[in-house]
Amino acid sequence: MDWQALRLSLLLAVATTVLLLPVGVFAGRWMAESNFRGKILLEAAIATPLVLPPTVIGYYLLVGMGAHSPVGVWFTELFGRSLVFSFSGLLIASVLVNLPFAIQPAQRAFESIPQDVRDAAQCCGMTFWRSLWAIDLPLAWPGVLTGLTLSFAHTLGEFGVVLMVGGAIPGETKTVSIAIYDQVQSLNFEGAGSMSLLLLLISLGLLVFANVLGRYAGRLHAYRNV
Amino acid sequence: MPAVSMPIAMSELIVRLQQESPIPMDAELRCTGGQLLALVGPSGSGKTTLLRALAGLVQPRHGYISCSGETWFDSAAGHYLPARKRRVGYVPQHFALFPHLDVLHNVMSGMLHRAPETRVAAAHDLLERVNLAGLESRKPGQLSGGQQQRVAVARALAREPQVLLLDEPFSAVDHATRERLYGELAMLKQSLSMPLVMVTHDLREAMLLADEMCVLHRGRTLQTDKPLELVARPVSADVARLVGIRNIYHGEIAGHAPEHECTQLRFGSIVLKTPYRPELVPGSRVQWVIPSDGVVFHRRDRPSHTERENQLQGIVDTVHKLGEITRLAVRMEDEDRSLLWLDVPSHLARRNEIAEGVTATVSLTVAAIHIIDSTS
Repeated sequence: MDWQALRLSLLLAVATTVLLLPVGVFAGRWMAESNFRGKILLEAAIATPLVLPPTVIGYYLLVGMGAHSPVGVWFTELFGRSLVFSFSGLLIASVLVNLPFAIQPAQRAFESIPQDVRDAAQCCGMTFWRSLWAIDLPLAWPGVLTGLTLSFAHTLGEFGVVLMVGGAIPGETKTVSIAIYDQVQSLNFEGAGSMSLLLLLISLGLLVFANVLGRYAGRLHAYRNV
Repeated sequence: MPAVSMPIAMSELIVRLQQESPIPMDAELRCTGGQLLALVGPSGSGKTTLLRALAGLVQPRHGYISCSGETWFDSAAGHYLPARKRRVGYVPQHFALFPHLDVLHNVMSGMLHRAPETRVAAAHDLLERVNLAGLESRKPGQLSGGQQQRVAVARALAREPQVLLLDEPFSAVDHATRERLYGELAMLKQSLSMPLVMVTHDLREAMLLADEMCVLHRGRTLQTDKPLELVARPVSADVARLVGIRNIYHGEIAGHAPEHECTQLRFGSIVLKTPYRPELVPGSRVQWVIPSDGVVFHRRDRPSHTERENQLQGIVDTVHKLGEITRLAVRMEDEDRSLLWLDVPSHLARRNEIAEGVTATVSLTVAAIHIIDSTS
């Protein structure tokens, strides 16, 4: 068992989830409420990581964040080190790849709040922030949490993007999925097996949790329409 | 509309809104404190859009809204107050209670303008006022439709509103509850000093509850008047149709008989006596209406004739039995062979053996005939 890789994966998953929490909430709410020209295009762009091969996403991120890219140059000037093949680069890639997992369930959850409930909140004198905190989030939290759970689980298991953007630097970019690949390459099936089993159990547990949340959200929605 | 041109009474809602798109609107309303104004019209006539504009939930292109002397919207001055800054009590069609909050906290949600320490006691007072004491800890899903409506009203009143807006407040409750809630709203209205605006597509509801009724069609306010007055004297055939009058005809002013205090109306070969309207020019073509309750059916065994009626004969064309009421269409003997609609009690229809094809005698009550003055 490569504990260092597991620790790094968990750290990456937690950091990704924490960064995606405000993104999921605000982007999800904004997408749910807004109706603008180009919305379909934006929704498609956000969903792209779901259908694109991870190596393709990884390639674009590698090029986009590489030492000669504007972002890469800016990062190097600011921090004195390269963005790619670093934990920071991996975190940015992870956040971008997980956008659809975080935003889509949150968007659906905010969309399920009836317009007249939002209207009533405004007529009660609620500001944007109070309405978000007191009405929208309590009603949409199962969706938001489902999104974050999926992002967490997906980050733990991500392989292609991690390999392209991060490589396999122990303690920096070598996550558990890369470690499993390494173990198989070196014919250590016992080590690969134990890590795979652990990932399987964690993912299964998280998906069960996400499903339970989804059902709760469904009940909440039915309850709302009494 | 400039504010200075309109004298403003205390607790008065003054509205003039216009826009072409996205939803056409050309509305003019006034409602004084303690009065209930019903906005009536068919589905899609813009009632709810107008109500949402009053609440500040949609911003019209042009116009003016003021309430109790406070300007909420003035497009000419570029002034617009959003919903949260207007003191509006809003009861949406399906009540829109916050499902995750109990009854007490739903009501307290409308009290953000009050000091926090006063909210609980004020919410209890309001719940008592709407007969919901004891249900404070229930969630909306655990309440009946009538109880939900009362919570929504309490939450709206919790805002201490300058105007109370009710969007089809009885559409989501069953018939028996609705009848009870009519009484409750009428009682509540007596204790309120702000203007009340209620959207409804139910004419009967508007007739029962409203002090004033405004007919809306395709976003336009066509006529505002006291309900009985509006039904008796619609300003146009459109209004007449929208308030459920089916007897709408063309005719010609035959002349006036001041000595009998009547104006004579030529309808085909018949001359009808109508209420005296000396301003109508003899020879002019007009439209006229008569509500079905202004048409009297004569019993075969006891025909009657009085000065206050215009007696006609016709052939029964259609008979629709609708429970205790039977709706008849009698084909008259004018040039157009028009149909005259009237309702008679079903037992009377049975006793008089009314059937399609039989001859019937009816009277048009003089006072019920209304000539639409197209020049006004």
